[in-house]
Amino acid sequence: MKVSLFITCISDALFPPIGEAMARLLARYGVRLHFPEVQTCCGQPAFNSGYWDEARASAQTILKAFDDSDFVIAPSGSCTGMIHHYYPKLFEHDPELLEKSHRLKEKTYEFTQFLVQVLGVTDVGAYFPHKVTYHPSCHGSRLLGIKEEPMQLMSHVEGMEFVPLPYAEDCCGFGGTFAIKMSEISGAMVEEKSQHVLETDAEVLVGLDMGCLLNIGGNLKFQGKPVRVMHLAELLYEGVKNREYAAGV
Amino acid sequence: MSTPQGSNVKDRAKTALKDEFLVDAVKFTTERLKNSKKAATAENGNWEEWRERGRQIRLHTIAHLDYYLSRFVENARAQGVHVHFAPEAKDAARIALEIAEHQGAKSVVKSKSMVSEEVHINEAFESIGIESIESDLGEYIIQLANEPPSHIIIPAIHKNRHQIAELLSKEAGETLEPETKILAGFARRKLRDKFLEADIGLTGCNFGIAETGSVVIFENEGNARMVSTVPKTQITLMGMERLIPTWDDLEVMATLLPRSATGQKLTMYMSGITGPKRAQDGDGPEEMHIIIVDNGRSLQLGDPEFQELLNCIRCGACLNACPVYRHIGGHSYPGTYSGPIGAVLTPALNKNAGEWQDIANASSLCGACYEACPVKIPLHDMLVYLRNRKVERGYTAAGEKMAMKGFKMLMKSHKRFRKAVKAGQIGQKLLVRDGYIRSQIGPLGGWTAYRYIPELPKQSFREQWPDLVTEVEKSVQPMAADVKLRMEQIVKARGKGGQHA
Repeated sequence: MKVSLFITCISDALFPPIGEAMARLLARYGVRLHFPEVQTCCGQPAFNSGYWDEARASAQTILKAFDDSDFVIAPSGSCTGMIHHYYPKLFEHDPELLEKSHRLKEKTYEFTQFLVQVLGVTDVGAYFPHKVTYHPSCHGSRLLGIKEEPMQLMSHVEGMEFVPLPYAEDCCGFGGTFAIKMSEISGAMVEEKSQHVLETDAEVLVGLDMGCLLNIGGNLKFQGKPVRVMHLAELLYEGVKNREYAAGV
Repeated sequence: MSTPQGSNVKDRAKTALKDEFLVDAVKFTTERLKNSKKAATAENGNWEEWRERGRQIRLHTIAHLDYYLSRFVENARAQGVHVHFAPEAKDAARIALEIAEHQGAKSVVKSKSMVSEEVHINEAFESIGIESIESDLGEYIIQLANEPPSHIIIPAIHKNRHQIAELLSKEAGETLEPETKILAGFARRKLRDKFLEADIGLTGCNFGIAETGSVVIFENEGNARMVSTVPKTQITLMGMERLIPTWDDLEVMATLLPRSATGQKLTMYMSGITGPKRAQDGDGPEEMHIIIVDNGRSLQLGDPEFQELLNCIRCGACLNACPVYRHIGGHSYPGTYSGPIGAVLTPALNKNAGEWQDIANASSLCGACYEACPVKIPLHDMLVYLRNRKVERGYTAAGEKMAMKGFKMLMKSHKRFRKAVKAGQIGQKLLVRDGYIRSQIGPLGGWTAYRYIPELPKQSFREQWPDLVTEVEKSVQPMAADVKLRMEQIVKARGKGGQHA
């Protein structure tokens, strides 16, 4: 059974600890993660801007990387969504790549989906004594339907105080190139989101998509607010380490 | 075909964002409408099934639009209605003016109609000296302000009570207190006279019923009923896609539309009008005209990416759900329609011509519009398709084109990507302070005006992987038998229609 990691370009370059947390967590359940290095980016920045030829060049590295994998796991609802919803559209005129897109779509899971739906894990045995709020990213929650999985995983984290984020389902204003092209609108949106995060008084903001977290986290930092921003995989793995440390392992 | 206002979306949005009154007023009302919708759909139950049913009715009608249009026209004519076709906005205006001139009309009273906004019917009447008054309170307010509607169902959403009091006071010639009762009372008295004076009543049409050639109008103020009963002549402007096959289908639409629009179970008035006044009727127009307007709609027929646009029932739910609309209001959008539907519909009705294209960029593609839509129009997908057409037709900035060429160069080979990240790790040194990049130089400016960027770590994940994998290997536990079995079953079930999530 070959389980492969689709790290996503943003986590690869900017947030390597997420990939490490995933590999170490999954090893505990007997999953030996593979990392096919021909992968680059899902192609979303180009696709969403309308540059589909450019998107195809990038997406082909993903099709190639995971051709012989049985399961593909990504720490992002957005990049997983790109594969699920748009690869078949992107390659609709190329029968061979279309077929590959359909196969990739079937085997690609967002990280919490894989943990809960495939491995059947909702309690990783984490201890994380902090006040935490959660931003459900739009593509993951709205378009892939990832709503319960992160909640189930977080509900089993011991010592954690969960504070619901007001207006959680509102977009943070990231939207890829939107943040640059329509910077004033995007800026107003992220300021509103940060305001809601601050209202919770949480020490930690957790999420499943580093694009959104780069946006919100970057704005919180800009405002000089000391909220720690983490991917859920990092939080769970840190929680597991906390537990082991407390148990003297 | 028309052309957008001079400035672009980005500039108009910038101005709107600075207008605190506007931002507060729009946030307040969209929030209220969103919450009412949530409550009304939950109370109704089975909302997803209702949406799917609504979508199916609309898909079917649009797929057979030629058939239903001819049935509608045939049945309306059989009831004594004069039916006209307007290929473009200017034709609709011309037909309406001809009717008015023929009647020797001096004044027109109107109920709310978005298609009449497309046609700019008030300006057309006024150009030949006929007074044309809006009788929907919101429309009346923006008519006094000389502005286009900034929301499909709440045209004056961007105005607060004080601004409205000021406008109405000017019209009244006395100071009116900013109390809803006083303001509505003034409008009511004023408009009552207009209803009685008017030679022509002009309405829109929420749904045309093909099986009987009837026009159905949803409203809350009773003004559309006045417009369609008092004046001797009625003109109804109807977008060519407004049809549904039968009265049974109206049940589904009547469940979807008011709940999605305002969170009401039903609007205060729902009128079904079949032909002009009959001998035994107590009231109603002696002459009835329906002008069926194309104005770019038929361009969507047969277009696999945009045909579903014609399914729209103009409820405005996507505007209320949209975080972009909520911040910038309707006047930041070009054309008659605003919000996500406007961002796609306005370019589509205008042949997706270059000058309309920048509005497609004003979306974070969050999908809230799709989730809110009672007939499930995939507006977030259409926005991407629109951007794609823009690129295919070469309507893009040179800088963007270069950046995307760069993206392709970088991302088509993992070796290049790796090298580029490495170069970034070294090159960023001049920009990083305390772990963050704050510089607002060049293309980064839009980002760093609101956010810092964390520095690239010394090693990317792919650089760390060879050491990491050796270490993790030591800690891999045996897999539980049931998990292993489940994974094998999932793999086996593939390609047979089995699909997770």
